[in-house]
Amino acid sequence: MFKATIKSLLSRKLRLVLSALAVVLGVMFVSGSFVLTDTLQRSFTDLFSSAFANVDVSVAPKAEKGKEPEPLTPQAIADVKSVPGVASAVGDVQGSARPIGKNGKVITTSGSPRFGFNWTGTGQEKIREGKAPAAENEVVLGGYLATTGGFKVGDDISLLTLEPKKTFKVTGIYEYAGGRDSLGGELSVAFTEPVAQQLLLGKKDVFSGITVTAAQGTSDDALRDAVAAKMGSGYDVKTGAVLAKEQADQINEGLKFFNYVLLGFAGIALFVGIFIILNTFSIIVAQRTRELALLRSMGASRGQVIGSVVLEALVIGLIASIVGLGAGIGIGALLAKIFSSVGGTNLQLAGIGVPMSAIISSFAVGMIVTVIAAVMPALRASRIAPVAAMREAATPDRPLTKITITGALVAAAGGTSLAFGFNQASLPLIFGGILVAFVGVALLTPILSKPMVSLIGRLLSWSMPGLLGRRNSARNPRRTAITAAALMVGISLITGVSVVLTSATKSIEKLATGQLQTDLIISGEGQMEGQAATFKRDVLTKIEKTDGVKSAVGWSQDGVLQGENQLFAVGVTDMPAMATMFALKPKSGDIKPLKDGQLALPEEMAAEKGWTVGSTVTLQLAKAAAPQNYTVAFIWAKSQVLQGALVLPESASAQFRSDQIAQAFVQVSSGVSAADVQKRVEPLFADNPEITVQDRSAFVKQTTSQFDTVLLMIQILLALAILIAVLGVINTLALSVIERTRELGLLRAVGMRRSQVMRMITVESVVISVFGAVLGLAVGLALGIATVQALKDQGISEIGLPWMTMAQYLVVAAFVGVIAAILPAIRAARLNVLDAIAYE
Amino acid sequence: MSASDGVAARAVDVWKSYGSGDAAVTALAGVSVDLEKSRFTAIMGPSGSGKSTLMHCLAGLDDVTSGEVWVGGTKVTGLKDRGLTELRRDKVGFIFQQFNLLPTLTAEENITLPLAIGGKKVDKAWFDVVVDTVGLRDRLTHRPTQLSGGQQQRVACARALVSRPDVVFADEPTGNLDSQSGAEVLGFLQRSAREFGQTIVMVTHDPNAASYADRVIFLKDGHIVRELLSPSAEEVLDTMKHLDSVVAVPHV
Repeated sequence: MFKATIKSLLSRKLRLVLSALAVVLGVMFVSGSFVLTDTLQRSFTDLFSSAFANVDVSVAPKAEKGKEPEPLTPQAIADVKSVPGVASAVGDVQGSARPIGKNGKVITTSGSPRFGFNWTGTGQEKIREGKAPAAENEVVLGGYLATTGGFKVGDDISLLTLEPKKTFKVTGIYEYAGGRDSLGGELSVAFTEPVAQQLLLGKKDVFSGITVTAAQGTSDDALRDAVAAKMGSGYDVKTGAVLAKEQADQINEGLKFFNYVLLGFAGIALFVGIFIILNTFSIIVAQRTRELALLRSMGASRGQVIGSVVLEALVIGLIASIVGLGAGIGIGALLAKIFSSVGGTNLQLAGIGVPMSAIISSFAVGMIVTVIAAVMPALRASRIAPVAAMREAATPDRPLTKITITGALVAAAGGTSLAFGFNQASLPLIFGGILVAFVGVALLTPILSKPMVSLIGRLLSWSMPGLLGRRNSARNPRRTAITAAALMVGISLITGVSVVLTSATKSIEKLATGQLQTDLIISGEGQMEGQAATFKRDVLTKIEKTDGVKSAVGWSQDGVLQGENQLFAVGVTDMPAMATMFALKPKSGDIKPLKDGQLALPEEMAAEKGWTVGSTVTLQLAKAAAPQNYTVAFIWAKSQVLQGALVLPESASAQFRSDQIAQAFVQVSSGVSAADVQKRVEPLFADNPEITVQDRSAFVKQTTSQFDTVLLMIQILLALAILIAVLGVINTLALSVIERTRELGLLRAVGMRRSQVMRMITVESVVISVFGAVLGLAVGLALGIATVQALKDQGISEIGLPWMTMAQYLVVAAFVGVIAAILPAIRAARLNVLDAIAYE
Repeated sequence: MSASDGVAARAVDVWKSYGSGDAAVTALAGVSVDLEKSRFTAIMGPSGSGKSTLMHCLAGLDDVTSGEVWVGGTKVTGLKDRGLTELRRDKVGFIFQQFNLLPTLTAEENITLPLAIGGKKVDKAWFDVVVDTVGLRDRLTHRPTQLSGGQQQRVACARALVSRPDVVFADEPTGNLDSQSGAEVLGFLQRSAREFGQTIVMVTHDPNAASYADRVIFLKDGHIVRELLSPSAEEVLDTMKHLDSVVAVPHV
């Protein structure tokens, strides 16, 4: 039996390749994500151990919870120096510094930091060309900043620090060990020490940390203990090795999330792969009916027949897993290479590693998925009566009642789980529900395929080849349905996401036009990253005095501690004006200017905390010496534009990390055009290119444009699922072509041209693809609308349907159908007529 | 065709061999034959005599190693795939032993398939004549699986005739049928030649089937060895037996 199975496998190489391909792709994605993250993790660990290579021990002020750490004084450095075993102790100054490019715009990175520090000459930075900064107006640039911004020694560069734009002369460019431009894509610049202190820490003679090196014969650990003992509890004293590990762990935590995302998409790809493998095995078993029945008539037991199919699956799974693992290692290595060179990270890759997790998951996934997919057709194959071998007739259509009822039940179960998931905000229930719902819909597709395929086919069957293609696609509803269902999964996920994002966009637009009564919005970059650019208070005063401005409100923002909880707070300059602009309605209390020691908050936050007007709330502000009590002055009714923020009086801003204005809103006088006022306000920010002045529609556009990026990324990741589905279409068509060899021979014999044969196969392919797309759009719409309904409380109040995008998916699906048909069609057209007619 | 009058298909010194070198097998060894218009010709011979190969070469389903084949004024030899396809579509009709019909099409659609492929209009009057002759009027909307074997072969006959081809080639058309159905099909082929003037070439190894033909050509080892005109089944059987006895005799 074993021999018979292997022989049968080898005799049909095409079949083997086609059924293995889907598994290969899925396994490739899984192992590729493991290899990629493993390689990156080890590379980052290497990077940070080299970055802290010349730090034996580091001293930093300890930050109390919710408070800004006090910077170090020169006395602290002297203290460290006095510890026995210290060879050197150098004060470090570091803080945010954003360079302005030659085009006048702030240079941004994709997440890597932008900072400035004091040039000490003792760090690991080495001057590559030029010389160290000596005068107040001199700086040296990191190699990466120099190349990104196109700066050369002798050029001028403008920088934004705690102070507005300042211009410096570039005296030199530095690099890191090995001639590297940067450690990890960061943009850095070094000043003389006094300038660094003033611009980065805001005070003369303070430091943000101390780098200590050990004298000969003193171990890092011993030195750390000695320094810690001397400095006392107000300082964090760590060895360079620990610091390197902390930083690497932090990055790796981010990579882990990245890995989960990749694995999630690999899971989707495999899920789609199961459809394909299932279908392939069903078709193969159907085609082997005679062979299997012959085995049974010669005395093979049912168990042996099942065993033979499962064995075939195991062999295919094994080969596919090996190939997939190999391909995954290749893809992982390639992606790591791309990752390390994009964005100037110049990350030196630690050798490509193949972690155990990649190997185990590859084989587990590849073999298990394939065997699961093969068991069902195997069970069916074992039920074939031996007499079927003698019969010419193909297996008759089985009734669809059972599969339809099962499908309806499974879909209902999936829907219920989804509903519960949304209700309980439980992600496992939601994802499980979606998955189960997909299976249910897939089981329902055969019954849908009859009317829908004939409807779609009618549009394409104006000629005889078209008619034949359409009839062929309606011929085996299960086969067509499963093939289409594989395509459905990818398209419905994209459609669902697209519906949610379109709805979010629409909701924001409606909100902005309906509730936001401001004409101009002034905000800095980085609102999302939590380190928003800010501007000085006196600029707001100038705005208020600008011609045509009716009122202007601004706030500074910071995180404050209430017990253990971090809350977001804003210090507003003019509370009543803000209430007007944001159309705030009082829920309890009156909206009045806030006095010192008063606060206001939104209804839902008050409900969550159980605070009412008059409640006392104790808050720790970053620069305040101790927690202070605030009284709730009023609570405003739920608003979509201002939520999740405590409002404090303007005076509280002084105790924020920065008291500068983070966002400001302007209402223009009636009869004045916002555009004119915008032109008059913009010059006030000439030296602050991180701040933009936008009218309402531009602001909305900017806010919603991030959704496009999200959608694009999801589309790219789901492209793999769609690619596998396309393989499924190719697979089904190729196997159908083999199955219908004699029919094709007959058609050719009675005069069908090769081009007509190809057209016939193409129509069948397009019908299947469009059917899958239509299903996917329908399911995606349902999923999307359900999600939007569930997110109603989160502010998505409108349902927006992405008609254009959906139309695009439909066109893409038709195109995919044409592409998928190419190879099977060529194969069909090339058939030798005589051989085909005589085909058994 | 050089002198096409009265000839529907012609083979001139046709050789056909498969494989090469020592493994080469000669299926046709210099066959020349004229198949007259409006006649029902049967090609007979034992297995391996080359009778099917001759038909395939005449019909443009297979190419010849040397020699020439003509069908109704068209030189088939040397035609490319497209030319051959159009020849099969427009000038030739086929009836195979089995699997003649597309399961997705109705009987009527199967009958008009070659016309539909060629984008030609169906001659309604002729279609009616053909359908009534084969007696399928009440079966036109049925799918092949709903038809008996005999009915399926009659659909195939109707399809071969409906485009009025120069020649209808039938390859063992009754091989899979019971004698009653077989007789119906053969009778129909005979009538087509006599009443409609349709040229028919049939390959068979059944003497009874051959007895319906106007002319029977006997093939053996790739050569035409005998020919009978309007023979009875017994005459054909005798000739076949004679051919069998020749088997042991060395090549003449």
